[in-house]
Amino acid sequence: MSTTASQQATIEPSSKFTPEGDTFTLGGKTFSSRLILGSGKFSLPLIKAVAEEGKAQIITLALRRATPDGQENILDFMPKDVTLLPNTSGARTAEEAVRIAELSRAMGCGDFVKVEIISDARWLLPDNQETIRATKMLADKGFVVLPYMYPDYYATKALEEAGAAAIMPLAAPIGSNRGLCTKAFIDIVLKSTDLPVIVDAGIGKPSEACEAMEMGVTAIMCNTAIATAGNVAQMCKAFRLAIEAGRLAYLGQTGRVIADQAEASSPLTGFLND
Amino acid sequence: MNILPTPRHMMPPKLNGHIKTATPDDEAVLKNNIMAYTSSMDQLDMTRLNYVLNTKNSFSDKNFTAHHVEQALAKDTLEPEDFMALLSTAAAPYLEAMAQKAKTLTRARFGNNVQLFTPLYIANYCHNGCRYCGFNSKQTIKRAQLSMDDVKRELESIAQTGLQEILFLTGESESRSSIEYIAAALELAKPYFANIGIEIYPANQADYEILHQAGADFITVFQESYDLKAYEYYHPYGNKRSFPYRFYAQERALNSGFRGAGFAALLGLSNFRYDALATGLHVWSTQQAFPAAELSFSVPRLRPVNGELGHFNHLVSDRDFLQIMCAYRLFVPQAQITVSSRESKEFRNAVMNICATKVSAGVQVDVGGHSASNKHRSSDQFDISDTRSVAEMHDDIQKLGLQVVYHDHIRV
Repeated sequence: MSTTASQQATIEPSSKFTPEGDTFTLGGKTFSSRLILGSGKFSLPLIKAVAEEGKAQIITLALRRATPDGQENILDFMPKDVTLLPNTSGARTAEEAVRIAELSRAMGCGDFVKVEIISDARWLLPDNQETIRATKMLADKGFVVLPYMYPDYYATKALEEAGAAAIMPLAAPIGSNRGLCTKAFIDIVLKSTDLPVIVDAGIGKPSEACEAMEMGVTAIMCNTAIATAGNVAQMCKAFRLAIEAGRLAYLGQTGRVIADQAEASSPLTGFLND
Repeated sequence: MNILPTPRHMMPPKLNGHIKTATPDDEAVLKNNIMAYTSSMDQLDMTRLNYVLNTKNSFSDKNFTAHHVEQALAKDTLEPEDFMALLSTAAAPYLEAMAQKAKTLTRARFGNNVQLFTPLYIANYCHNGCRYCGFNSKQTIKRAQLSMDDVKRELESIAQTGLQEILFLTGESESRSSIEYIAAALELAKPYFANIGIEIYPANQADYEILHQAGADFITVFQESYDLKAYEYYHPYGNKRSFPYRFYAQERALNSGFRGAGFAALLGLSNFRYDALATGLHVWSTQQAFPAAELSFSVPRLRPVNGELGHFNHLVSDRDFLQIMCAYRLFVPQAQITVSSRESKEFRNAVMNICATKVSAGVQVDVGGHSASNKHRSSDQFDISDTRSVAEMHDDIQKLGLQVVYHDHIRV
């Protein structure tokens, strides 16, 4: 049966929009979902439903919230089929981050670790120097290290050298929902490394996640924007769709932007024809 | 932006060994001058204390108008002047707007998490004479101090409720509740609790180092009042009479490795606008000097029990109380706000939905009140209003749509 125009226009399930084989790899694992979900700011029983709406394959958790046993243990609420990305929240130095990562491994949370080293309680900005040190120490111990960092060219190169599996630049201060404040610098990070670049922190709206994806970043890590939404699951779905749209736009190569003014009447290169 | 001189770059600290109970000579010095120190007290540079008191004294309620309040509400990062506006009478009509913004900031920072903890009184001996307190040294109440076996029973009994955070209280007797005694109790708590705080007599840096090594990461000290006249009146003797020694307790603890510190004025002892202002400035300026520290506000409101009655001319209404809490949240958005069981169940439920991020549950305010075999050792320090158990609090928090957090700390 031939396909009619109306059938062609029917919107297919969004997962089919993603071109076959458009995946990325971290620590030997392959992922197709480019939405990485935070877990620590909303009610734990919602995690599973939210992860399903977002089709998230990676979920971060603060190890400080996990206990070997006890009530409201965040680990008990994690869907079984996702990759856990424990973070080192609470660490102020590389040594503290390493201790937390080792605890995480001992608790069975796997080898992935998001390095979060923060010694600024007001804005929660990452300490790039300590992060570079921790990345080296953890990579040497066989961890898959995803460092949360302030987008900086030199730090990007140093993290690459230290053995990072990806670079996680912030878009704006954690929890601020301010959007792509560091866009120009994330662009420099993108152009200076072949590692996956995952934008972490500050993204407030799906449109901003889409914009970052259009730039060519690998994935978006999102927590507060979803957790503080009126409908958490619905917002997670909106982010997923926006991220997919941004990815498609990037792969489809954004069209040329037509400038306002017409072509100059006296071409600068006209002399070459003379 | 005010750039405060960092005290650590100013006068070099004068550090001693253990803090000792005031001698008669010490008492004679403090009697005439609450800004003095005893011979065993550490002394730090006074820049920040002077800043807090001078700024507090510069506040004049009538200088603030609706315009100032609206300006403060429109800002992301508040200056001390904005904080003053939010504490002023002019802000009263804006309470709903303050609460809305406080809620937004709380959710952005803490999500919908509410942390649970419980206090554990291991002793109630005291050398101070705080006129408002049921434990003051002249009260003829039942005194007690738990043995290590008693402490272990209390800890086990608390741990069975599921709590992972505990706050040790001792009363303020350096000789009866020695640093070694407290440290031994903290060591016992380590296997049971992820997060251990202390609310004991202000101590020296060397003392805090011992307590930190023993497992304590958080310290709470109530300054009670920043009104020097009220402070002098309410604290007639004891180490507590030294205002600056108490003021710098948190800083000495942070210098010794503590991760966080709690601050409070006991609202009701003096004009709350000044006391709340000074508390906020104390926290804000401490954060500037210690950017990594996890700071918190407690908001004790006076409920006279066993103490002298009739002196309290500054009792704080629910409306004013909420205004203070919201002003704290807007001025220092990263700080925890802890609301004690002195407040009613209804009030605590309401403020958890606005700005409070930490509440106590299963509270006993006597020594050894958590386990049946230790019960009735001592009198209570004050009456509590919210008597909910941990399980009841858990259910009620969930009903509010909030997430109960037991475990949010790793001892590194």
